[in-house]
Amino acid sequence: MARGERPMVPDVEFESYYGRPILKEPTWKTPDVPLYLFLGGMAGCSAVLAEGAALTGRPELERVARMAAAGGAAAGTVALVHDLGRPERFLNMLRVIKPTSPLSVGSYILAPFSALSGAAAASNVTGLLPRLGRLAGLGAAAFGPPLATYTAALFANTAVPAWHEAHRELPFVFGGSGAQAAGGLAMLLVPLDQAGPARRMALAGAVVEIVAAESIVLRRGLVAEPYRKGLPGRLMRIARAATAVASAATVVGGRRSRIVAAAAGATYVAASVVTRFGVFEAGMDSARDPKYTVVPQRERLAARSESSTPQR
Amino acid sequence: MTNSLWGRLDDPAGNAGHTDHPPRMGFFTDTSVCIGCKACEVACKEWNEVPEDGYLLTGMSYDNTQQLGASTWRHVAFVEKPAETVETVDLGMPEVGLPGASGDAGVKWLMSSDVCKHCTHAACLDVCPTGALFRTEFGTVVVQPDVCNGCGYCVPACPYGVIDIRPEDGRAFKCTLCYDRLKEGQKPACAQACPTESIQFGEVDELRERAAARVEELHARGVDVARLYGADPEDGVGGDGAFFLLLDEPEVYGLPPDPVVTTRDLGSIWKHVGGAAAAIVGLGVASFMGRRR
Repeated sequence: MARGERPMVPDVEFESYYGRPILKEPTWKTPDVPLYLFLGGMAGCSAVLAEGAALTGRPELERVARMAAAGGAAAGTVALVHDLGRPERFLNMLRVIKPTSPLSVGSYILAPFSALSGAAAASNVTGLLPRLGRLAGLGAAAFGPPLATYTAALFANTAVPAWHEAHRELPFVFGGSGAQAAGGLAMLLVPLDQAGPARRMALAGAVVEIVAAESIVLRRGLVAEPYRKGLPGRLMRIARAATAVASAATVVGGRRSRIVAAAAGATYVAASVVTRFGVFEAGMDSARDPKYTVVPQRERLAARSESSTPQR
Repeated sequence: MTNSLWGRLDDPAGNAGHTDHPPRMGFFTDTSVCIGCKACEVACKEWNEVPEDGYLLTGMSYDNTQQLGASTWRHVAFVEKPAETVETVDLGMPEVGLPGASGDAGVKWLMSSDVCKHCTHAACLDVCPTGALFRTEFGTVVVQPDVCNGCGYCVPACPYGVIDIRPEDGRAFKCTLCYDRLKEGQKPACAQACPTESIQFGEVDELRERAAARVEELHARGVDVARLYGADPEDGVGGDGAFFLLLDEPEVYGLPPDPVVTTRDLGSIWKHVGGAAAAIVGLGVASFMGRRR
């Protein structure tokens, strides 16, 4: 057992069909999907940052954040389309609207966000149509927070135990991680005197992310085990440690030293990427091992038969 | 939206918008009479032109099919368990047979033909973003291959691990309950081919009565282990359109003991996503408050 892994539950005994998984392993590809989670979160929160910068007269911050929003959305869309089994049919995503499908809802968030953030960035860079550009930026800022958080619904609305059972915490992990990435990127690329809001956004996002992630990891029983063990466990620990280090650096030297701010910003971005891979791999692990499906369901059945009056 | 996402729902086809539709059709697979001939697997592959998906020797009893998947829509599971030994009192009498071999009651052999459950609340259908998966007038769940774009969302959504992407094709496939044959008033190919009537096809309401009677009959004959799986309309998926009579715990056959459709928690999921999105807005606004730099 690696350092930091505590045996919270003793090894459980359960029956299975030749040890085979009950669930199908998600066919979502890596790095496409975890990378998209990161890019969407970073882009969505960058759009909020860009709008604040425009309102408060911080042109450097505005330009970097607008580029991050547009670039993240574009790259994320490419990753999503690449993940499809039939990429040429990506427009079928807009064939229906289904609130029961977070991927459908997400398509109607990502499509307008990409268009609006792209228009806002283009206007900002070229100086053309400044008013329309601002309007587009405002629209992107409205779609940004949902873009950064709907991906949690995408994962949670499955039968994958590690994702589904964390459905209360995951939106805050992803949202906080997105804010941390958007703020971190701006800390890396924007001069100190305009980066104040980026530092505060990154710091606040980091706090939200760490609290939410910790509350998953510290949960009792099998639910949290995939987040503690093996590769996802390592990724989650590295990400939280890096986030904590970057936060300390931001508080201590983020306002005075450009180098410290840039290093902390880059660390925030990297930690956000690692968090997404950690959550992704935790889900994969929990789908691969029938234990995570059978044991909690058995416990549920046992609890139910205990609470109900005997039938016979 | 009465029980559209979870709970008892007596008319899934009507709930999906079908009017004047035929009764809900399904399977009752009585594993107590399954002989493991795999005629269902072969008939399914032949009728539906499902491609081969590997010829492996697994060492899992007679099961080289392994699992349901994009190119396996019926799967016969073979379970070999040591049969329960009968407790006897040692009278110190001479024993027959090899020393130490007493108490070996041989093997209990379970066979079961698994299939898509055609859930009342089908997670695969609900999460499909393109509308490729749909509820037929028979209450069954079918993928339209000309619409599916291979996003793969249905795969981790299924609590039974049934539907999958066919890698060489890129799209998702699963049992259609022979939608084409049903439209012509015919039995699905597997039920047609089953020599022991382990696979029974019919109206779900009638099959449920038949299944309940069969369990009672087996219990009366002393087969206490017989139980129904997926027949209860009050269960986590609102009952299955294809349900089973099993002779052991579901997980022994590779089935989840208490599956729950993910959409039961959809309201809570969206609520928490909304809360997190609002938190980002608040956090964004707060970041621009206070000091000037």
